[in-house]
Amino acid sequence: MSQKITSYQGREITPDEVKEGKYLDIVYKFEPKYSWAAGVAISRFLTELKDGKIVARKCYKCERILVPPRMYCEQCYRPTDEWVQVKDTGTVNTFSISHVGTDARRLKTPILVAVVDIDGASPGMGILHNLGEVERSKISVGMKVQAVWKGSEERQGAITDIRYFKPI
Amino acid sequence: MKRRVAIVGAGITLFRRRMLETPKELSFEASKMALDSAGLTLKDIQSVVSGSAPDAFDGVHMKGEYYLDGMGAIGKPHERVYVGGGTGVFTPIGGWWNVASGLYDTCLCVAEEKMSPLHPHPQYAFWSIFDQILERPLGTTLLWIFSLEMRRYMHKYGIKEEEIAEVAVKNKGNAVDHPSAQLGAKITVDDVMRSEPICEPVKRLDVSPPSDGAAAVILASEKVAKKLTDQPVWLDGVGWTLDSTHWTNRDLAYPEYVEKAAKMAYKMAGIKNPRKEIDVAEPYDPFDYKELHHLEGLQLAGKGEAPKMTVDGVTQRDGDLPVCPSGGLLGVGNPIAAAGMMKICEIFWQLRGEAGKRQVKKDARTGLAQAWGDLMQVGTVAVMRS
Ligand SMILES: [Zn+2]
Repeated sequence: MSQKITSYQGREITPDEVKEGKYLDIVYKFEPKYSWAAGVAISRFLTELKDGKIVARKCYKCERILVPPRMYCEQCYRPTDEWVQVKDTGTVNTFSISHVGTDARRLKTPILVAVVDIDGASPGMGILHNLGEVERSKISVGMKVQAVWKGSEERQGAITDIRYFKPI
Repeated sequence: MKRRVAIVGAGITLFRRRMLETPKELSFEASKMALDSAGLTLKDIQSVVSGSAPDAFDGVHMKGEYYLDGMGAIGKPHERVYVGGGTGVFTPIGGWWNVASGLYDTCLCVAEEKMSPLHPHPQYAFWSIFDQILERPLGTTLLWIFSLEMRRYMHKYGIKEEEIAEVAVKNKGNAVDHPSAQLGAKITVDDVMRSEPICEPVKRLDVSPPSDGAAAVILASEKVAKKLTDQPVWLDGVGWTLDSTHWTNRDLAYPEYVEKAAKMAYKMAGIKNPRKEIDVAEPYDPFDYKELHHLEGLQLAGKGEAPKMTVDGVTQRDGDLPVCPSGGLLGVGNPIAAAGMMKICEIFWQLRGEAGKRQVKKDARTGLAQAWGDLMQVGTVAVMRS
């Protein structure tokens, strides 16, 4: 710090004060509800998931096959041209074993997460998903995996229509 | 034509997990310290730029308007800039626009963050940065993207977790000498390796803490700066770029957006060989591997070579390229926007030779501060000269 500065402002609320509730605060719980329209590209993507298929959009200019699909190519900045069905197999680009949930609370059973580069899409076109039917110590970058789908009557047009990806 | 811009004062509060002060009060304390150190009062300030990260931490929407009076911005041209974790360095970049453009001769830049209001944990706010249709239903946490990126980086270059842990050891050690620091400590690589795995390969001691705090700097035009001090620190290069939120389509081993931001700043500052010309650097280190990732993106290390540089001691305070002499986010703490501004303050003090126990050994004339954030997509860079 500047050597000239001798005192630093700020009053910490210590862990003990938190535990004993020894500070004045106001508590409020915000419980809003949102309804997000899925959009043009992702509505189609979700509808196809319901049918057990993964689809992408192709841009004729850069020839990339994009997953998740978008109606415009952000690189060429023009509309994409065509729906393309890609495979439900892929390669683990990277993975993690998560011991925490959304709110940072510890989980009893860790979640296995990965970026899976989808076969049939352009190189590096990955999606975020979970891994399953695999021992933690056996997961590796470069591992080939395949989607494990929910039963057709269970599927509802959501990313979770794929339960997880398993090694093949 | 753009004008040369100087930093003429800096201020910072304590960084702690939970502070009694409100965002307004924290902002006031940091701003007042910055004004005092420049020998100015609020009357001398013509415009104010503020920075704060997600409103979701505070549960106060229009936060820029809420904290305004603590920032000394009533009745003045004020703007809030926001690029997630990159905000702290983006705030003085916003101030630079104000002064370099010729609009104003003085600008107060304040960055503030209170992460503690959100329960059960500030991490929860980050859930809402993920794609609401394709990613959130999978139970995302911010730690996922860090652990996925760290794994890819390690895989691509054959880097070991122990090498990455050296960054946490160095930065937490450096923070022992920072009066604001939340987590300064002398630890070992073994301590990091044995700490709780929270999102493998990320372990507890690989991660910076949630914090409350504020930091501020005063910018001035060349004419005003030279009247105020014989030690102005020049903000000679600024750069910023963003990539898309399609982070799963990106090369996770290399932050190209940081490279682009750095090249913009280097060009502006006339820097041709950053590794030779930058004397001291404060890259963004919310996780230990991020310091390495960013050194490479900043062209201060070759791709995959930053770990070796660290293990060899090059980045220590007495090394050839001191990195995070402040103690970084890992040691001083991570009140998001204020953490980036803390790095600007540190380079300011280092270049003036006022960093006390933290002063780097080499004669530092040119320094760099960088921040990073949003959905792994933004780089903000500032090059400073004494
Ligand atoms: Zn295209």
